[in-house]
Amino acid sequence: MPHSHHWIVPSLNLLASLLLLISFAMLSRRRTQRLITLFAWQGAILFTSTCLVGYSSGHKELYYSAALTLMLKVIALPWILHRLIQRLGAQWDSELLVNIPTTMLVGLVLVIFAFGLAQPISLMATTITRNTIGIALAVIFLAFLMMITRRKAVTQVIGFLAMENGLFFAATSATYGMPMVIELGIALDLLVGFFILGIFFFQIREQFDSLDLSHLEALKEE
Amino acid sequence: MEILIVLGLPLLGALLLALFGARRFAAELNAGMSFATLVAAAFLVLRVLRHGSLLTLHEQFFVDSFNVFLVALTAFVGFTTALFSRPYMRIEEQRGRLSPQRLRLYHSMYQLFMGAMFLALLTNNMGLLWVAMEAATLSTVLLVSLYRTRASLEAAWKYFILCGVGIAQALFGTILLYFAAEHVLGRDGMTALLWTHLNAVKGQLEPRVLGLAFVFLLVGYGTKVGLAPLHNWLPDAHAEGPTPVSAVLSGLLLNVALYAVIRCKVLVEGSIGSYLPGRMLMTFGLLSAVVGAFFLWRQRDIKRLFAYSSIEHMGIITFAFGIGGPIANFAALLHMTVHSLTKSSIFFTAGHASQTAHTQQMDGIRGLAGISPTIGWGLMLGSLAILGMPPFGVFASEFLILTTAMREHPWTTPFLLVALGVAFAAIFRKVQPMVFGESDAPPLAHSPALVPVFIHLAIVLTLGIYMPFAMAEWFRAAARLIG
Repeated sequence: MPHSHHWIVPSLNLLASLLLLISFAMLSRRRTQRLITLFAWQGAILFTSTCLVGYSSGHKELYYSAALTLMLKVIALPWILHRLIQRLGAQWDSELLVNIPTTMLVGLVLVIFAFGLAQPISLMATTITRNTIGIALAVIFLAFLMMITRRKAVTQVIGFLAMENGLFFAATSATYGMPMVIELGIALDLLVGFFILGIFFFQIREQFDSLDLSHLEALKEE
Repeated sequence: MEILIVLGLPLLGALLLALFGARRFAAELNAGMSFATLVAAAFLVLRVLRHGSLLTLHEQFFVDSFNVFLVALTAFVGFTTALFSRPYMRIEEQRGRLSPQRLRLYHSMYQLFMGAMFLALLTNNMGLLWVAMEAATLSTVLLVSLYRTRASLEAAWKYFILCGVGIAQALFGTILLYFAAEHVLGRDGMTALLWTHLNAVKGQLEPRVLGLAFVFLLVGYGTKVGLAPLHNWLPDAHAEGPTPVSAVLSGLLLNVALYAVIRCKVLVEGSIGSYLPGRMLMTFGLLSAVVGAFFLWRQRDIKRLFAYSSIEHMGIITFAFGIGGPIANFAALLHMTVHSLTKSSIFFTAGHASQTAHTQQMDGIRGLAGISPTIGWGLMLGSLAILGMPPFGVFASEFLILTTAMREHPWTTPFLLVALGVAFAAIFRKVQPMVFGESDAPPLAHSPALVPVFIHLAIVLTLGIYMPFAMAEWFRAAARLIG
């Protein structure tokens, strides 16, 4: 059953802003290990906020999806990623396409854009988390930016996973989450996709002796 | 019941082939499972034609004339491609490009891919549609990189990342759709993502949210359709993957992705009550047709050439759906059918042509008609068909699209004509020397299975000359559904 405590909404807003902060931190980090840690933190925040929303709204299935988040995004994926980069020796992402200050500025613009875009949805929403839809969209855009500006395969994948975090957060803030079947399907796709990526890392390194994607630029229109 | 069989057979096939895919009989098993699926799909078609649309299994699956026609097409091309792949993959194995282990992966993933497409087509749940589209991508990623060459790895990576980002946009669109629907349909009973329910209340859905959702859905699924400027993955994936995979990507996956876009368009158009979604489809479609046609000039690789031709044709189909109305929709459905059949048959011949010449570079492929008349003439006839020469079916559908565009949106006609003209000149100029030049290359070790090529072309020819009444009625019913 729904609970309404006065502290719930402010703490959800706090968690949302932490999520945004981590997205910016990810844009500025160059060490892959740090990125993975940040990604795990993002997962932990998602877990907490989903539990809170579940508690306050009384929707039980949110606890299940929170548990799924905890297992997948806080424990399993970061652990596998750590193992992967140790085995592949891909600890640094020195190659940036755009320098960090510029990326940050672009990121700021994206955040403003995201808030503008989310305005009509927030006005319509009846959930207690409606103010955070803009943040969710901003997290998606920032992750997208990270994927564009980085060259290492591992970093792009972390960007991809961070984008999925943003999507998940958007679903919880706008609608208290999608139906459980769909959540499970999405999680399954994510897991399989991640598994395929793992295979890919080894194939790419076998062929190129490196995980730098600048090698992957042979196929171009002449 | 038929629905479960259509969905279950590919999954069973994937499982069996994961176990036995490395054996000699794997190719036959693959073709056999595809044939069984085709039979099940035929029963489904008969049932829908006789009793009208079907809604089963707690309303999670929905079949009407629109998707049942795509199910039939998918099952048919899936079966003929399995037939083609038997000698083709055997030759690849003999030449040492593939090991039995890789063939096991290939056969198993092929069935899984078919299963994912059937799920995407048959489901009534917009969330499940997303899951199935993503599954279809994932099952083909490892197929694109099957040869493990540098170029194929790059192509697969690009495919994975671009389609992954695209499909993430589509997920956000789906979330927005659910958000709008939840206000009308409520959370209970899980009806807020079911297309039939959404369609019934589409007039009450909040237009601003649905408009925003459509932008995300169009960009997301549009990436998989290969609409410009999101088409970058498509030529690489087609050129570097094994030819049967190129054939099913071009002939089937693009159609299924477009199907998802059209389902969304019906909802959004009903909600915002304006032509905006249609106009967006028209713009994207026209741009893709023109971009695809102009890129044809610069291609040297035979599979890349026809991949760009797919972009052009998907653009034309999207454009026609954008115009809307019974005639344009009818033409779009017809074009979907004939493009799928013709393009897969072209990939069959192009695959054998590059095996004969030991290269995919068009400069190296010469005199096919002399070495193997079936390959040479198959390629020539297929190219003529795809270029819209009468009396092939592509001519009929392009003619319909062009005349409708002239009547309703005259400003688009020059663009369409330029795209068609440029494509004609580019492809004909390149195919002609490949078929009729001089060459001394020996014929292939295994005789190629070109029966599928001529069956496809015969159907396309028949549809161009005479369309059976029942089929025309069927297409008309589907066109009415799309509105």
